[in-house]
Amino acid sequence: MQRALTLAALALAIAFPIVAAPLDLDFYIGFASRVMIYAIAATSLNLILGYGGMVSFGHAAFFGTGAYVVAIAMTHGIDSLWASWPLAMAVSGVVALGIGAISLRTRGVYFIMITLAFAQMMFFVFIGLKAYGGEEGLNMPYRSLIGLGLNLKDDATFYYVVLALLTATVYLLRRLIDSRFGRVVQAIRENEARMETIGFSTYRYKLICFVIAGMVCGLAGALIANQTRYVNPNLMHWIVSGDMMIMIILGGLGYRFGGVLGAIVMLVLDEAISPYTTYSKIVIGFVLLAVVLFAPRGLAGLFDRKAARAAGSH
Amino acid sequence: MNQTHTTHPQPRQGSAPVLEVRALSKRFGGLVATDQVSLDVRVGEVHALIGPNGAGKTTLVHQLSGTLAPDAGQIVFRGNDITRLPAHARVLRGLVRSYQITSIFRQHSVLDNVALAVQARSGSSFRFWHAVRNEQTLFDEARTIVARVGLADRADVLAANLAHGEQRQLEVGLAVATRPAMLLLDEPMAGMGPEESERLIPLIDGLRQEVSILLIEHDMDAVFRLADRISVLVSGRVIATGTPEEIRANADVKRAYLGDELESATGGQA
Amino acid sequence: MSGLFLFEQALNGLQFGLMLFLLAAGLTLVFGIMDTINLAHGSLYMLGAYMTATLAQATGSFVVAVPLALVATAAIGMLLELAVLRRLYTRDHMSQVLATFALILIANDSVRMIWGPQPISLNPPAALAGPIDLFPGMSYSSYRLAIIVVGLAVAALLYLLVTRTRTGMLVRAGASNREMATAMGTNIKVLFTCVFGFGAALCALAGAMLGPILAVQVGMGEDILILAFVVIVIGGIGSIRGALVGSLLVGLVDTLGRTFLPMILRETFSPQVASNAGPALASILIYVLMAAVLFWKPQGLFPARG
Repeated sequence: MQRALTLAALALAIAFPIVAAPLDLDFYIGFASRVMIYAIAATSLNLILGYGGMVSFGHAAFFGTGAYVVAIAMTHGIDSLWASWPLAMAVSGVVALGIGAISLRTRGVYFIMITLAFAQMMFFVFIGLKAYGGEEGLNMPYRSLIGLGLNLKDDATFYYVVLALLTATVYLLRRLIDSRFGRVVQAIRENEARMETIGFSTYRYKLICFVIAGMVCGLAGALIANQTRYVNPNLMHWIVSGDMMIMIILGGLGYRFGGVLGAIVMLVLDEAISPYTTYSKIVIGFVLLAVVLFAPRGLAGLFDRKAARAAGSH
Repeated sequence: MNQTHTTHPQPRQGSAPVLEVRALSKRFGGLVATDQVSLDVRVGEVHALIGPNGAGKTTLVHQLSGTLAPDAGQIVFRGNDITRLPAHARVLRGLVRSYQITSIFRQHSVLDNVALAVQARSGSSFRFWHAVRNEQTLFDEARTIVARVGLADRADVLAANLAHGEQRQLEVGLAVATRPAMLLLDEPMAGMGPEESERLIPLIDGLRQEVSILLIEHDMDAVFRLADRISVLVSGRVIATGTPEEIRANADVKRAYLGDELESATGGQA
Repeated sequence: MSGLFLFEQALNGLQFGLMLFLLAAGLTLVFGIMDTINLAHGSLYMLGAYMTATLAQATGSFVVAVPLALVATAAIGMLLELAVLRRLYTRDHMSQVLATFALILIANDSVRMIWGPQPISLNPPAALAGPIDLFPGMSYSSYRLAIIVVGLAVAALLYLLVTRTRTGMLVRAGASNREMATAMGTNIKVLFTCVFGFGAALCALAGAMLGPILAVQVGMGEDILILAFVVIVIGGIGSIRGALVGSLLVGLVDTLGRTFLPMILRETFSPQVASNAGPALASILIYVLMAAVLFWKPQGLFPARG
């Protein structure tokens, strides 16, 4: 049942750019790409937060890092995506390793505050980096080069690349959570002390999980830089971290498609209200408050027992 | 009451201790929780640690298992000093604890609980791609252990849905599944009715063939049936160590702690 | 000359640190007693500043406006506690983060609706507008000096409240031991609401005092909230003393770092290095400080819990 739904959604996503042109929906190809990029970012956060129980409030740091790496690489003449996108993932992974190594020594509210503080530190670092635009940010003259006779300048081509990467991300998440490593991470969320006393060095597993999530989020950052051809420090502002969290609480914590669903709901909601009011955030605020107080399992939790279980065990 | 009693294989005299605790001390502010505690557990013996509430038994378990650092003293396990080793590293060396307050993976099935513990010591868990559920050998082994702790027909039940006594059995099962050389059983009978205890006693008794056991327990009936030797902890200090007969006869122990409890343990119903 | 400059910067650091303390004190108590993370603490600071500005305009007097704004913000804080936060005490940290994040979104847009998106101005009282001679050859902003005096006074008052009164001792005991707070009986709900309102009033005071120096604008609360978090991580959750020491450390390191680090870089490397790397390096100093404290003392400098 779920498999059929997934395949149908995928087929729809593949067909979308083809039917968009005759239906005069071209504008939405770019919008859909943006949604999918945030879906990748939110899915990576879901790995550590939903499955791993690590309430990281600094995920945007990796998003911004990935974006800046691609933009900065371009100013130095590295414009092939085969070089700059893996580089973005690698650098984000290193940043995640540093932040994770320190903040995972702590837990509870300390962990939340520290991840938040380090992300904010990154934000200020890039504001201070006058060589790369400081507060103004950095323009990318063109999108990364893909070769193979393709050009990402074409929105539909870019859309398909993002779709492929999102599919890969969700598939990777699925393999990961069913693997030995994934079992360990989920069990740590449930009962970390016991994991230690049956012989797991939980710190190591959490750190690796944190780094994997950071790298995937860095990839999403590389994509958003290409999407807008512009990067600035606001990409790593803590509000962005908060938005990612909202996405997965809306979509469903510890639910495989939680990040995807959440990104769709959040961005479509935003897009739908913004023509009518400049105060779209207050609407999202009230929705979020209502969800947290009255439907803590998220939208997916309303339909899916597994997600409900995962969220309920927090 | 004592008909189910099993034979005590006499611990081999002079056999090297598997665990040596030397002058272990821990204080919290002005309160001395463990005061120069020394004891040893010989290979293959069941060594019981008894004492009134607040004697420092739990603090001692925390120090032995590595969740609390002692202020002074030494813990030697199988000839190696493990005083400063982190908790998980002690487990991998074979020193494993169970909890007084049940600590299991409530949202996992019984089988998955045990499989996690098996996974901890068999093969790397830094494997990111292949689904665990296809690992036949892992689950075969887990099934054997589930059966051993008497939960074979409950293997697929969510741990949260087990009865209290069954959760206690799983608690011990998790520790057993790590294939320990020595078990620290922290009040395994806690909160159990007499009937449930009767199921756990033979289980622990059967373990003595393969592991050494330090048994912390309030149920004096169980202690005197299972223990080869007993140490008595009062106010953070070991006031006596000896065979059950010696402890029964010890005047200090009677005065400090055992008086009433001993009556009930030897006199019949606890 | 350079000694005087250093002294002046140190005073600025002290002034900023004391205001941070006003935020951190309320925050650390809420953490300690209720084990609850409240992101909206910064929003109360923002509301305090906005209301002071409006009331100052309406009454024509900054000095009249501040206490009114304090009371109003405390009332809003208590309302928030009753309506939202109370439901979160027993929930996990994730829910607390999300719900209070929602409050931030709501507060920011509400402020934009009421006061508009542009920063508004808040002027210090005329009597404190000019500089004052501290001693011959050293003049200092009299308003900043007033902030220091107010900050020290509040810190002293807080110290007396927490150590000398019965309620204060209850609060302190609760902050270091939550079970004790819960065991203390029926008035605990009222105590929570009051502590929260008191924390809100401290926020408003900080917002009112800093308003004339920093800009009164949407988002002002979030920036300072994160600094308050850093303070609490350094000082140790639930510890008033830790909050004070942490605040002063962060205030001094941040202020002095921003002033002197570029100067040092200019001396040792080149002006170009200084202007390129200086601001970035200076802004991460306090985070480096936090990381260092965490490395040596993961529970903060003054761990309140055993």
